[in-house]
Amino acid sequence: MTSPVARPLASAPDAPDRSSPLDAPSPQARRPLSTALAQRVPAPEEATAMAIPADKVEMRNISFFYGKFQALHNISLPLYDRRVTAFIGPSGCGKSTLLRILNRIYELYPGQVATGEVYLDGTNILAPGLDLNWLRAKIGMVFQKPTPFPMSIYDNIAFGIRLYERLPRSELDDRVESALRRAALWDEVKDKLRQSGLSLSGGQQQRLCIARAIAVEPEILLLDEPASALDPLSTQRIEELIAELKVDYCIAMVTHNMQQAARSSDYTAFLYLGELVEFDETERIFTHPKVRHTEDYITGRFG
Amino acid sequence: MQLYARRRLTNWLVIGLSVLATGFGLLWLVLVLSTLLINGIGAIGPSLFTEMTPPPGSSGGLLNAIAGSLAMTAIATLVGTPTGILAGTFLAEYSRGSRFGEVVRFVNDILLSAPSIIIGLFVYEAMVVRMGHFSAWAGAMALAIITVPVVVRTTEDMLRLVPTALREAAAALGAPKWKVIVMVTYRAAAQGMMTGMLLAVARISGETAPLLFTALNNQFWSSDLNGPMANLPVVIFQFAMSPYADWQVLAWGGALLITATILVLNITARVLAAWSSFKQ
Repeated sequence: MTSPVARPLASAPDAPDRSSPLDAPSPQARRPLSTALAQRVPAPEEATAMAIPADKVEMRNISFFYGKFQALHNISLPLYDRRVTAFIGPSGCGKSTLLRILNRIYELYPGQVATGEVYLDGTNILAPGLDLNWLRAKIGMVFQKPTPFPMSIYDNIAFGIRLYERLPRSELDDRVESALRRAALWDEVKDKLRQSGLSLSGGQQQRLCIARAIAVEPEILLLDEPASALDPLSTQRIEELIAELKVDYCIAMVTHNMQQAARSSDYTAFLYLGELVEFDETERIFTHPKVRHTEDYITGRFG
Repeated sequence: MQLYARRRLTNWLVIGLSVLATGFGLLWLVLVLSTLLINGIGAIGPSLFTEMTPPPGSSGGLLNAIAGSLAMTAIATLVGTPTGILAGTFLAEYSRGSRFGEVVRFVNDILLSAPSIIIGLFVYEAMVVRMGHFSAWAGAMALAIITVPVVVRTTEDMLRLVPTALREAAAALGAPKWKVIVMVTYRAAAQGMMTGMLLAVARISGETAPLLFTALNNQFWSSDLNGPMANLPVVIFQFAMSPYADWQVLAWGGALLITATILVLNITARVLAAWSSFKQ
């Protein structure tokens, strides 16, 4: 399917025959050639881009305030493209807060203020006057509890698409289908697209929410404890899905589950009391953490 | 064992008292409804719905009063419901934590419990005196003023029950606030808001005092909203107080009619509410 892509950076709605999630992500597989060419200079540095992933997001000196309470202190952190970055730490350490800064969803509430800079492909998204619709089209979010809208499965997916594009019916159908396929939900719901999204099971609802987020064709996915309200089997499906999606997206994930962070992420940031204690490749964090504090937390000595 | 026996005794005692209290409450309800049924059922017949209110001593029905009540209730609902929904939306979605919102909520609660006769007197002063005559418009406005606080309250309560996560999820997709409210929050709260509207209609369909000062009454058929218009509550009031037996029978019939209507509205509201909680 070759829909005229509305936004220049939007990825192809349909991603056929993607390589296995274990393969090294290849930039060419990601987007239609034309947009991929427009986006980056095809040059020998592609080879290095594979080894050292590109910065998609660069957070610099982020502090966050709930009224007078400072929840985050001077956090600087990169998020790499086509990698999963996990935020771990005990409750109240600010990991969800950090996630909520990235799409500025905190701004729904008066009295919540973020300072510092967050660069998304070079644009400071914390700058005042930034178009929030543009930002949230680029950055999708999935919440802890499944949040299907009280409408049909089809409309749940179409809701986000309709916010940005006026598509003819058949094209909209295709987009809904491809989003559901990518979220590994299509086979389960293809015969009941007109049923309420609330009729699905918890795990299905969460995959519906992921489908809804990727239907808008974002570049970054924020997952706020996406599996913590689900049973082990549904959790496993979500983790498999994350592994598939990271081929195309930059993913940031908050999790309370050490094993999940170890299994699903490439990079891990350990936060404690609003400070970034350590950030490194997940393997290093879980095998040779540099900071004693990190080791204590991941081995369960406190937390 | 003695302790257990004592607890069991206390338990029986309290259950006994509770049942007694419930029975006491229900007794009056049953008495009221059965009296109404016994006296009113005789008046229910085709002529009740096809003939006008008669002069004393001749037969007739309540057609003009039924039509007047329907017209004024409909106008009151059309005016009061949208106003109430908008105000309730403001309170739930836009005024969180603001002083102004607190004041509006407080004033609304006062209006909610204001005696309806005061509202009748207010509309009498504001419309009837100024226009120089009683009118169905004034009656409808008085009923609308009673509708508004009920709808404001239920709308706000129902919108507050919608989880914030749902709003955040819609906002995170990039939806502007008004779209989040109209397309997601309203939908999630729809059944509850509908219930509130039906309860408001049930409430005003039996109100007498505000109509006494505003729409007054009319012996004849009238479709002129600018003049006095017959309505069930005031007709019941007038006919029940009269010394004429046939008027009293009609009053019983009208009372039964209103009660049945309110019952149906309440049951519908309950079914809607149950349906929505089942769906969640």
